[in-house]
Amino acid sequence: MNIYRNWRLFAVSMVGLLALGAIAACGSGDNATSTPTTSGGSPTATGAQLSGKLEIFSWWTTGGEAAGLQALYNLYPQVCPGNVTIQNSTIAGGGGDAARQVLSTRMQGGDPPGTFQIHMGHELLDSYVASGDMQPLTSLFAQQGWNNVFPQGVLDIVSKGGVPYSVPVNIHRANVLWYNTKTFTDNGLTAPKTFADFFTVADALKAKGITPLALGDKDTFESVQLLETALLGVLGPDAYKGLWTGTTDWKSSQVTDALNTFQRMLTYTNNDHSSLTWDQANDLVINGSAGMTIMGDWVDADNKAKGFTNSGWVPTPGTSGTYDALSDTFGLPKNAPNPDAVTCWLKLVGSKAGQEAFNPLKGSVCARTDCNTSLFGTYLQSAISDWKTNTIVPSLAHGAAASPSFLSDVSDAVISFAASPDVATLQSRLATACTSAGVCK
Amino acid sequence: MIKSEAASPQRASWLPRFLSSPPVRFLRSERAIAIAMVTPSILLVLVFVYGFIGWSALVSVSNWHNINPDYSFVGLDNFRDLFNNFRFQIDIRNTIAFTVLFVASCLVIGLALAALLDRHIVGEGVFRSIFLFPMAISFIVTGVVWRWLLAPRAGVNLLVSKTGWIHMDYSWYTDSKIMYVHQGSRLGDALHTVGLGFLADPNYGLPLAMISVVIAATWQMSGFVMVLYLAGLRAIPDELKEAARVDGASEMQVLRHISLPLLRPVTLSAIIILGHQSLKIFDLVVSMTGTGAGFATDVPALFMFQSTFRANNFARGAAVSIVMLVSVSVLIIPYLYWSLRRESRL
Repeated sequence: MNIYRNWRLFAVSMVGLLALGAIAACGSGDNATSTPTTSGGSPTATGAQLSGKLEIFSWWTTGGEAAGLQALYNLYPQVCPGNVTIQNSTIAGGGGDAARQVLSTRMQGGDPPGTFQIHMGHELLDSYVASGDMQPLTSLFAQQGWNNVFPQGVLDIVSKGGVPYSVPVNIHRANVLWYNTKTFTDNGLTAPKTFADFFTVADALKAKGITPLALGDKDTFESVQLLETALLGVLGPDAYKGLWTGTTDWKSSQVTDALNTFQRMLTYTNNDHSSLTWDQANDLVINGSAGMTIMGDWVDADNKAKGFTNSGWVPTPGTSGTYDALSDTFGLPKNAPNPDAVTCWLKLVGSKAGQEAFNPLKGSVCARTDCNTSLFGTYLQSAISDWKTNTIVPSLAHGAAASPSFLSDVSDAVISFAASPDVATLQSRLATACTSAGVCK
Repeated sequence: MIKSEAASPQRASWLPRFLSSPPVRFLRSERAIAIAMVTPSILLVLVFVYGFIGWSALVSVSNWHNINPDYSFVGLDNFRDLFNNFRFQIDIRNTIAFTVLFVASCLVIGLALAALLDRHIVGEGVFRSIFLFPMAISFIVTGVVWRWLLAPRAGVNLLVSKTGWIHMDYSWYTDSKIMYVHQGSRLGDALHTVGLGFLADPNYGLPLAMISVVIAATWQMSGFVMVLYLAGLRAIPDELKEAARVDGASEMQVLRHISLPLLRPVTLSAIIILGHQSLKIFDLVVSMTGTGAGFATDVPALFMFQSTFRANNFARGAAVSIVMLVSVSVLIIPYLYWSLRRESRL
């Protein structure tokens, strides 16, 4: 009995020690250190020599994203003289969910990284800007002339009260309808521009036994993005922007129209959409079993990687002339270690050289309007010309338009809509979401 | 020489006296060693378990709804909002459906396997290992495997369709349908007459997608229940069964009237272990289905995780975790009370 009891005590204390070890291990994380390949001062650069460590926190771990990030790391020593060691802190998973969780722990624990990747707009403004953890970048924007090279639409989205808080490195477009050109020509169809066109095309595809609209919303943002494009197409850019500022009434009949359209679009999707991710939905378009999919322009990189060349694209119905934008940005946290090295990083990601190195690899366009177009592929070239002329609106599904809690409530309402497709319930839940976010009264 | 000879017995007599003085005796006792051994873990548990439970409880009654901590007291407002939240209502329904189905199927399958293995068959060890192996896999892996096995365009559907007999296109976990008693149906009317008409509502139904998750979870855990039952069956004295057989009882009657009553403590332990696991289930659902179509497979732990880390709504996340803690405690505390009382009686 005694032996048994002692062993039990021993086991309990060992478990306690293991728990302590686990906690300590969690704290250290998995940070890879990468030293820039070329170091030393560039002859053209002036100013003080930088030194020490620069920690860059992101969720770019694979493919073109990681390659683009590495291209920026390679450029860093040329733009920023000195011997700064870059610490590449990446956390993979969930489209940034895992990284954001670690980030929030670190920010609240008073241990900010040098700088971190975050979506432009309310994802940053309603979190770390609202909590006073970010440095305003007004003078940096003025000094670098960014107020002239970034479109006004983007400056509006990265700023709060006219003060910019983060530097956009790339731009993705959320309102793109991708279609299989072979399927379309075989069936004598043209890409839809309006919702009326869309439903005509969808009926024609359905009659041929082809899924009209491929959807894969396992990660839930995909159906939120579909809703966002429906709202944008029906309401137009100004009323759409008003949804996120409280000037457009969520209970209005226009919103009802948009939600009815959204509901009708869902009836043309594949039944197993909740088991697929966006790229698996794109596979349906690639293999011809579906005709179209509505997804951001990262589909272009997916098509390239899969060797698919019969890809066509148009803005989603009713949104030509509008660029539903999202962007990855970097800012300067207060109390960031080595702020001079961080500031130089921000200069790099906002520079023409930095954006031209990063974006062709990542498969996005420059946030700047003066990048060399010839560096990009066919789709991106068309996106760049749209970027320069279109009206820019913030994307909901990717953090630009609304605060994280607003977005989360909208997502919940959209997901439950799949089970009980009742437009009135959805509309009242969206209105409630706006009220509890403190945007609507 | 003489002096030193005289000194040594003195020292010798002084030392044992010191060593046998009450405080030192206590320090040398097994009890003291036990306390020293257990103190670090008690401290750690106090801080990292009970301290953080207390802190969660504090956050759950605070006004902390974004990145900025705001500890101002709002009473039970968060809980009121939570129980009015449509997603949380769905989660409660899903948890109950999952727990009932999962525990019941594990018990039935586990008992059946144990009863079969108890026949002292050839290769018993091999079968025992085969049935127990799934438990060695983490729920994340189980979730990924079953996600593919039950994907509507692959796995089971494809296998059955390829046999050529029937075309199977069951939607498994992608189904958003809820099975429930419809208002106006015969059963619905019957419920009305006994004053339970409110049960005829999708909020008291079974999401069909949940069945897929139950299949995966049962696959993983029924082997564990089998081992529990097998140990229980082996502990039953053969004399009892022999006596029953001599009295003319059939094998089914032996199982029904001898084995099952004696297995009751095992069943209770199994229900507690499976029940608290299913109330807290997270990893399996995350890797297999996520929230599912129309939250068909959403569970409170997932809602807690997304509220806290995606929506930065820390107060709501803490409220969900407190509700989960209470629901698990309702299961665990009576069991602990019961087992401690039994131990002290021994």
